[in-house]
Amino acid sequence: MNLITRVGATWLRPTIESAGFAVSIGLQSLLTLPHLPRRMRATLDQMHLVGVKTMPVVLMVGFFVGMILSLQVGQQLATFSQQESIGLIVAPLMALEMSPLITAILLAASVGSAMAAELGTMKVQEELTALNVLSVNVISYLVLPRVIALTLMAPLLSLLVTWVATLGGGIIAVSQLGLSFEGYINNSLDSMRVIRETIPVPKYLFDGLLKATIFGFVTAVVGCASGMTASNGAQGVGQTTRSAVRNAIVLIIVLDFFLGKVLM
Amino acid sequence: MSEGPVIRVQDVHKAFGPQKVLQGLCFEVARGESLVIMGPSGSGKSVILKHLIGLLRPDSGSIEVAGREVPRLRPAGLAELRRDMGYLFQHAALINWLSVYDNVALPLRETTSKSESEIESKVYSVLELVRLLDARSKFPGEISGGMQKRVGLARALVTDPEIILYDEPEAGLDPEMSASVSRMMVKLRHELGMTSVTVTHSWPCAEAVGDRVAFFEHGKLVIDAAPAEVLASDNPRVQEFFAVPK
Repeated sequence: MNLITRVGATWLRPTIESAGFAVSIGLQSLLTLPHLPRRMRATLDQMHLVGVKTMPVVLMVGFFVGMILSLQVGQQLATFSQQESIGLIVAPLMALEMSPLITAILLAASVGSAMAAELGTMKVQEELTALNVLSVNVISYLVLPRVIALTLMAPLLSLLVTWVATLGGGIIAVSQLGLSFEGYINNSLDSMRVIRETIPVPKYLFDGLLKATIFGFVTAVVGCASGMTASNGAQGVGQTTRSAVRNAIVLIIVLDFFLGKVLM
Repeated sequence: MSEGPVIRVQDVHKAFGPQKVLQGLCFEVARGESLVIMGPSGSGKSVILKHLIGLLRPDSGSIEVAGREVPRLRPAGLAELRRDMGYLFQHAALINWLSVYDNVALPLRETTSKSESEIESKVYSVLELVRLLDARSKFPGEISGGMQKRVGLARALVTDPEIILYDEPEAGLDPEMSASVSRMMVKLRHELGMTSVTVTHSWPCAEAVGDRVAFFEHGKLVIDAAPAEVLASDNPRVQEFFAVPK
């Protein structure tokens, strides 16, 4: 009983409280969507930070993941003399699964952590309290631009990752598997023409972009909510930043599984 | 000055876990009056300021500000109350990525429908009042602690509040800058006639700005009187506390 009480007090209760707070922040940010025209400047600034600043690293990682995938899967396929099929695998796998996941994890580590640190610093320096005292709507002023920016930029980056990963896969297909680049690209394009049954859109691209959008939203909400609960000065901000990245990555991976099941 | 209390605190109790911070606190502040709250660290001085502006709720007791029972106010009512109140934070709490001008303009842009030219005129007038018009384009990181305090003061004044709360206005400032901020507070009080509550550890500041000094200890009011009477008090704890500054 004592152990159960201790686990409840030290782990379960804080976890449920912080999850509840993050859900409340997410819902409140959706409710402040009508404020978006007033927050356009701040939103564009955040989009610049999210998109332009993280693009080089996201694209580089995507390019290498495409090459790794092509090399490893291509070698396995070659044992069955099926290496020509590599174009049918890399592009849809990247579009549906790897690009949204890689993009979201990189965004959680770079942008989500920055959001948590920024808002956490504001919290411990009483700037958030000052905004409350000034009757400024903190969700509309600080959270909404960040959530919208990440929600819009994550699918865009994911799309670019799919593109460069397919390109990277093509380079390996030509240099290591002895395929023609044209054949690889044609296979890739053919694989992307699979249409969803429910909505007439390319299935892999649509599902992947939907996932990336949700992951972007979750990353921003977790980052902002973590920052807003920071306490105990610089050390507290550090802890908050770490927990924001950890929680966002865990949530993204768990969500990825369930979204995959739902979208199948 | 004596139109009746604009702030009335009655039998307020507040505890954080096992720690009792406020224990049956009572005091009143009349319209236009300046009350200074002093006492040792942990005596509940800053906590009561946060109660007055609705950042904390008491466990029991009544807090009435400008005719409104603060703990019972809903978010919209609290926002309305806060528009009538200014709050100077211990470390100014300015938004780092906004210039001095934008920091001061922020509450007007966010909570009123004033045009940008009306906002500009109001911001210029308060920056002039705190003698910071020349620093309007600078960012908080580019100005001294004393100047940051004055920007915080300008931001608190820009909405023309009826009541202003100062949380350790001299904290982190050298004696000269601290005296300058105190002079600024006296000047503002004479020019704008606002009701104020100041939490401070500095006797020169208390003496300069206060009509009354309330001395707290362990969340209770020990003495509430004019500064000279507080210094002359025969209460041993008060004598002990003021022994050094005296």
